[in-house]
Amino acid sequence: MLRQIDGMKLKKALLSAMKTAATILPRDVVTTLEEAIQKEDSKLARAQLAAILENIKIARTDSIPLCQDTGIQTFFVQAGTRSPYLELLNPVIAQAVIEATATVPLRPNTVHPFTNKNSGDNLGRGMPVIDYELTQGNKIIITLLPKGGGSENCCALKMLTPSAGISGIKRAILDHVIACKGAPCPPTIVGVGIGGGADVAMKLAKRAVLREITICHPEQPVAKLEKELLELINRSGVGPMGLGGNTTSLALHIEYAFRHPASLPLGIVLQCWASRRAQIQINKDGSIKVS
Amino acid sequence: MERDIDITLPAANNLVREFRAGDILYISGTIFTARDAAHHLLINRKNEEKKIPFDIRQMPLYHCGPLVRRKESRWQIIAAGPTTSMRMEPFESQFISLFSTTIIIGKGGMGEKTLASLQEVGGVYAHYAGGAGALAARAVTQVVDVYWLDELGMPEAVWILDVERFGPLIIAMDSHGESLYHKLDKTVNKNMEWIHRQIDKGALQ
Repeated sequence: MLRQIDGMKLKKALLSAMKTAATILPRDVVTTLEEAIQKEDSKLARAQLAAILENIKIARTDSIPLCQDTGIQTFFVQAGTRSPYLELLNPVIAQAVIEATATVPLRPNTVHPFTNKNSGDNLGRGMPVIDYELTQGNKIIITLLPKGGGSENCCALKMLTPSAGISGIKRAILDHVIACKGAPCPPTIVGVGIGGGADVAMKLAKRAVLREITICHPEQPVAKLEKELLELINRSGVGPMGLGGNTTSLALHIEYAFRHPASLPLGIVLQCWASRRAQIQINKDGSIKVS
Repeated sequence: MERDIDITLPAANNLVREFRAGDILYISGTIFTARDAAHHLLINRKNEEKKIPFDIRQMPLYHCGPLVRRKESRWQIIAAGPTTSMRMEPFESQFISLFSTTIIIGKGGMGEKTLASLQEVGGVYAHYAGGAGALAARAVTQVVDVYWLDELGMPEAVWILDVERFGPLIIAMDSHGESLYHKLDKTVNKNMEWIHRQIDKGALQ
């Protein structure tokens, strides 16, 4: 099949998506933050949310990054095995990251773990992070998740004993999220991964934060658990930025996989209020949609 | 009672001791940024009796790694929200005593050693909304200078910034040993007991 797009067209779409992710917070996140300010009584909690909402407006109007920590550039790729564009992805994504760092601009955030030397262009061994999932069909969907360091430092893996059961899972999630207090920049979005092995639980938890805030898990018992845990977290009183209040988290999303009978892995990923994401869809005919 | 306070520095340095936890502060004047690496560098230089190339004494310290762009011959701050202050806890009290730092700005709060040092020096820790980088950048009127940029990279370098009405900064720890975080911990611990009971009951009711 003849290729309808070249690297240049794909790179332009990626640059546009990276700029959108860094500067415009998705509508569902903004709406939830606007609702949250109505639920706060304390002056300090309201001041935090008001500053956040004003910041969102400035970033959007002036087309500048919401937060100085523009994150580690992370790309979740659902790669249709019959797409003719697969081999373009790795080199073009890397090139787009270099250019976005200069033009958006993004903060150079990748440093060598032993020498602390900053590469200056957000590249380096293992960077950017590109996660591939093979899917059937001829489409490629790339979801961008530029995630900041503050919230990433609050992620955790717990290898629970299976006999801990659902109440053990609940306790581990609540204890961890609440103990993080203001560190992950609340109100947060909590991603939970249950089952698989250690790596699977963490990956499920990270994918869970990509889900739109208002969408709950399609299986009713899981959706019920999401709702219950979110309510309990918000009863903690941690509040916006950990200064007290009724909104500690905006959403809690759970993804799960089957597990080994001897293991109960629990992955917890915290995402700050600046839950930035964008998506690109590359169709077989070469049309590209950025959203 | 929470108060709104507007100050210009360094003229208002003598007022800092009077600020109370819960006050909301707006600062005009010159501040500098420093994260982990810059703290180490500044402490080492001082201990080795090397020159610090700017007037660091009593200048507000901002825990921040800004996003900066070079436009023609000038630096332009694009986003400059706070970073997690707790990373600086192990060496902040030493920093405070070496440089008489009386205003520290960051997010998430600091620990007991810093609180004790703030009492000694008559200083405060002020919280700025994490992630509000674009809002903070609006308050920066000028990048005065930057030090150790090549050595430390953009986020870790020391940026000297002129700011105008930078805020709202919540005084979270004051010079009288008061800490909003202590109060919050008590509330959260109490709520936690209730939350654990709900889990044990197996349902939220």
